[in-house]
Amino acid sequence: MTALSTRAKLGVVAASAVLLGSVAAGYAATAAEPARTPPSATGDQAVTLEPGARLLAITDRHVSTVAAADPAGPRTVSGLECLRVYAAAGIGVCLKPETAWSYQVVVLDAALRQTRAVSVPGLPNRARVSASGRMVSWTTFVGGDSYTSSGFSTRTGILDTTTGATVSSLEEFAITRDGRSYRSPDVNFWGVTFTADDNHFYATMSTGATRYLVRGDVAARTVETLKENVECPSLSPDGTRVAFKEAIDADPAKGWRLSVLDLATMRVTATAETNSVDDQAAWLDGGTLAYTRRQDDGQPDVWSVPADGSGTPKLTIPGAESPAPLG
Amino acid sequence: MYLSTVSRPVTDPPETGPHRRRLAMVSGNVVALGAVSLITDISAEMVAAVLPLYLVLGLQLSPVAFGVLDGVHTGATALLRVVGGYAADRFRRRKLIAGIGYTLSAVAKLGLLLAGRSVPAIGAVIAVDRLGKGVRSAPRDALITLSTPPEALGRAFGVHRAMDSVGAFLGPLAAFAVLLVVGESYDAVFVTSFCVAALAVVVLVLFVRERPPGEPTDGPDDPKVSVREAFGLLRSRPTRRIVLAAALLGLATIGDGFVYLLLQRRADLDLHWFPLLAVGTSLAYLLLAAPFGVLADRIGRLPVVIGGYSALGAAYLLLAGPVDGWPLIALTLALYGAFYAATDGVLIALAGPVLPTRLRTTGIALVQTGQALAYLVSSVLFGLAWQAWGPGNAIRAAAVAVAGVLVVTLLLLASPSRLVTRKVPR
Repeated sequence: MTALSTRAKLGVVAASAVLLGSVAAGYAATAAEPARTPPSATGDQAVTLEPGARLLAITDRHVSTVAAADPAGPRTVSGLECLRVYAAAGIGVCLKPETAWSYQVVVLDAALRQTRAVSVPGLPNRARVSASGRMVSWTTFVGGDSYTSSGFSTRTGILDTTTGATVSSLEEFAITRDGRSYRSPDVNFWGVTFTADDNHFYATMSTGATRYLVRGDVAARTVETLKENVECPSLSPDGTRVAFKEAIDADPAKGWRLSVLDLATMRVTATAETNSVDDQAAWLDGGTLAYTRRQDDGQPDVWSVPADGSGTPKLTIPGAESPAPLG
Repeated sequence: MYLSTVSRPVTDPPETGPHRRRLAMVSGNVVALGAVSLITDISAEMVAAVLPLYLVLGLQLSPVAFGVLDGVHTGATALLRVVGGYAADRFRRRKLIAGIGYTLSAVAKLGLLLAGRSVPAIGAVIAVDRLGKGVRSAPRDALITLSTPPEALGRAFGVHRAMDSVGAFLGPLAAFAVLLVVGESYDAVFVTSFCVAALAVVVLVLFVRERPPGEPTDGPDDPKVSVREAFGLLRSRPTRRIVLAAALLGLATIGDGFVYLLLQRRADLDLHWFPLLAVGTSLAYLLLAAPFGVLADRIGRLPVVIGGYSALGAAYLLLAGPVDGWPLIALTLALYGAFYAATDGVLIALAGPVLPTRLRTTGIALVQTGQALAYLVSSVLFGLAWQAWGPGNAIRAAAVAVAGVLVVTLLLLASPSRLVTRKVPR
């Protein structure tokens, strides 16, 4: 080694740079994804969010609908690219790429026309519309600056589509935990679901190593904790139950069991889905939950299961994610 | 201006008068280590920039699954850092141990490809990357101290840290360039990052020297450093004092995350700009590291370190103070970057000459480990203070802690006869 002259060493470095550069370039050339082409609309009509016996879902990153009676059957796919979608009463919310590095929350009318757009920091994760179509909520992840230091957090926002009033982060709300006022820099919120009054909501709050179900009040700007180890709540159409994912042994590293909480008795019933479900479920009707389950290679499918713990999970929309009922 | 003349070795013969020495800048070995750090940081920051995108959009992991990845590897890393330092001293192979550290981190980039969607596997890969980072810092800094005359250590560390931050600056740009070319193929970023890291190892192997030219190799008769001797390091008063001071100073540091969070809240900054806060700090660090290093050689290292922590205290007070909006952001980031520039390398320059050459790496590893553990404690304490008193009072308390720690540090270290003028035993 020491026998090499500086010139020879520089030569070796240059040769290594060229070699390693070609390895990187060669890999990039084979790995480069072909540009995503929006799947062309199949079926006769365009995608609409008008209430009807259809299910809304994302197919290959695009908004699509299927008939509720034949969800695995013919699919109508729009040209609108979204990572997450939800709709109710003819109003939709879509978490949509804005540039290669940023996303926006887009409020849609029944014909998928954009009525409002809010730029959001971070990466899209959850989206919800209240049953009346008035209140919209979203959750994004905000990355840390260095992955060798700690640092992932979530931002959950709420928009009132009638007034345009926006809460950019639930972290601004006053917190009551176990009956006492609480604050902490590590508080994160995610997964909002609205009640029928378009003011109250349920969501997940995390602080320390614990994740709580919270009940919030948009007008009063408050949240209070109700129960531990409840994530991604989804309120049933009659407002009596919350579907959620329950970390197995309260340890998210072991995965999540899709379960249902009765709000009157606070009793939890596990569904028949034994695979880990990492999603905010949607109620297809008063007794059925739909959710995204991923195959080992990450490919999503929409499954459904009875909410009362009976029956077995059923593959509902193959190759789709982010389900929502339109009916 | 420092980089253009760096290649001249500082060990140039006799004309080394005071004027001549100022021109001589830093040794080739320091430049080589700086280049290795620069290239490695490009590689590391490339991955850091896209990892959130990859985990959330590529793998669809949820926030809590990501939290699991955060891991609790700090304790194990701390221990291995000291073990690595000791091994470097015992076998007198600092370059080899540093090289192992750089290689581990390079291999970890490929590990991300193999880990696939498995959260425990990704966690393990990130742990290996951290381990590599932990293992290489002490031998690298020890090599810098051993290749530099004691009176020029501040400048050497300043130049090294400045080069390091240039790499950290270029990394995210490189990552986005790759993604622009290949689309959302994060694999390509990882492979490119690995290739960049491998190039750094090549540069290390070819250009970094275990000992300066002309330095006699250790005779076979020299007794090897024993574990007992390594423990004895902490029995020596000067070493104990510097390790203690480093840990105490670490306790006064609440961490970047909290500083940026408070800044964002106080300045009511749009969250989109949040990542730029770190960029602003790096820029100040990059520009000030070399000048502050030179200053440390002129006026003494302790005053510069004290000045750096005063800047930190001032930044904390600003976060609780009356200034608002953009002036608050600019001032805070400038002070925060100045804090890093005046302390990160200068503290090691201060510690280096105190530590015996035979145990230099172990000693530096102890200093760095003490700091790392103290950071962990201080961030937990600050979180508790925030819960109890609210963010405003918590940051005021942190500023008071900085002041208190500064007084203790002065008492511990202000004995110039021992710290500033002591020559390195060769």
